[in-house]
Amino acid sequence: MKRLLAYRLVVIIGAIALLEVLCVVGIIDRITMQPPHLIARDLFRLLASGRMNGAIAKTLTNTVVALALALGVGVTAGALIHRLRALRDTLDPLFAAYYAVPVFAFYPFFIVVFGLGDLPQILIAFMLAVVAMIVNTLNGLDRVPPVLLKTARAMHLSPVDTALRLTLRAAGPYLMTGVKLAVAYAFIGIIGSEFILSRGGIGYEISFAYNSFDNATMYPLIVLILLASIVINSLLTRWEHALLTRRGV
Amino acid sequence: MRAGRLHGMRNGLLLGAVLVALWQLVYWMVGDTALSSPTATLRYTAQLVTREDFALHLQDTMRAFAIAFVLSVVIGLLVGFWLGVDRLSGDVLEPVIVTVYAIPKLTLYPILLLAFGLGLSAKVAFGVLHGVIPIMLFTVSAVRNTRPILLKTGYALKLSRPQLVRWILFPAALPEIFSGLRLGFSLTLIGCLLAEMFASQRGLGYLLMTGMGLHNIALVMSVTLMIVVFAGAASTLLLQVDHRLHRQHS
Repeated sequence: MKRLLAYRLVVIIGAIALLEVLCVVGIIDRITMQPPHLIARDLFRLLASGRMNGAIAKTLTNTVVALALALGVGVTAGALIHRLRALRDTLDPLFAAYYAVPVFAFYPFFIVVFGLGDLPQILIAFMLAVVAMIVNTLNGLDRVPPVLLKTARAMHLSPVDTALRLTLRAAGPYLMTGVKLAVAYAFIGIIGSEFILSRGGIGYEISFAYNSFDNATMYPLIVLILLASIVINSLLTRWEHALLTRRGV
Repeated sequence: MRAGRLHGMRNGLLLGAVLVALWQLVYWMVGDTALSSPTATLRYTAQLVTREDFALHLQDTMRAFAIAFVLSVVIGLLVGFWLGVDRLSGDVLEPVIVTVYAIPKLTLYPILLLAFGLGLSAKVAFGVLHGVIPIMLFTVSAVRNTRPILLKTGYALKLSRPQLVRWILFPAALPEIFSGLRLGFSLTLIGCLLAEMFASQRGLGYLLMTGMGLHNIALVMSVTLMIVVFAGAASTLLLQVDHRLHRQHS
């Protein structure tokens, strides 16, 4: 296990070192990309200056709002759809084809209806995230062993008790997979719509820097987003594994 | 089997009808400034597809998508088989690939633009970036989960490595690989369209962005409609093949 981790580190550090060498030697020119050590330095300066705090706060707030909505609506809708067989049969093709459709195409429509504020972005992020949550809630509920539900009935547990003590625990790991996807999708939704058309946020700052050839701002911001999403994702993955192990899968 | 398919078709039609009804309802609520009605959009679409420049845009998107998908499949299968067969490389690299899969790839588009310039290669690169990873990951897990008895049979028959891949690993892993291809298909399409939206002067994605810029709602709606119908139909079809492959195996 330790050895694997060491190899993995070597591969990653090797890749970064390769980039560094290519940049310094000049095979990748300065207009295309800055060497990694400069990006790291610029990122540190950018964060220390506090210039981006507003943009970061805006993007994070919108993401969290969209995510909270998607999780709440997703789990509720998933539980409802799970009960209604006919509705589920009808919606199944929609779920299967949903992520093949570029949701961003609806962004201009939302801007026209709701104005150029935070709401259209939150809606896009919500639309991307909610279906992942619904699908994984359904998947989780499918995998609750029927014997548990029978036991609950035999013991005359109330529906709330059954949900909290049995269903939620048994479906937990699959819900976690949904949460993980929803986080990624909410992030993509907010940043993507900031790219297309917005008045602030990290995505806006990146596209602004890109349009003014300001690599010293653009690369650090991109790296910041990548780092944030990698850290969040690995934390959630770890939690997911813990839940799976506890359930004994 | 037949009844199942009829059932599926009825569900698809019902869903389509409900979505169109919803669309009409929202149109009545928000009016012409934000939305064009289903009939108006269909009329505009009929007119759009006969236009000469539209054929060029469509061709451009299709070419980028085709190249990107072929590249995704080839690279995905090669890397997938390598990581699936070679245990150590798989254990070292798979988590890295899973992590890359989860990052918002949209943020990388300025880098791709700088590296590839505006045009076909940037679109293809963006499509591959989106589509190749699910194909890789599904292939790795498919190859790894091949039943040991099959491999033992192969060894007993003294098959060479390429023969082992051709006659045992590939057929055994096919259903799961196909699931990866199905996901890769949709994601490659999205990748290409996104690249066109942000970084191109041709293609359906570019047409969408122009529509947004000119506030030409009929154009935006009819391009969106075409993409939705194409993506929906293709992924439904692939899903059916997917189900059949999985059934045959189990």
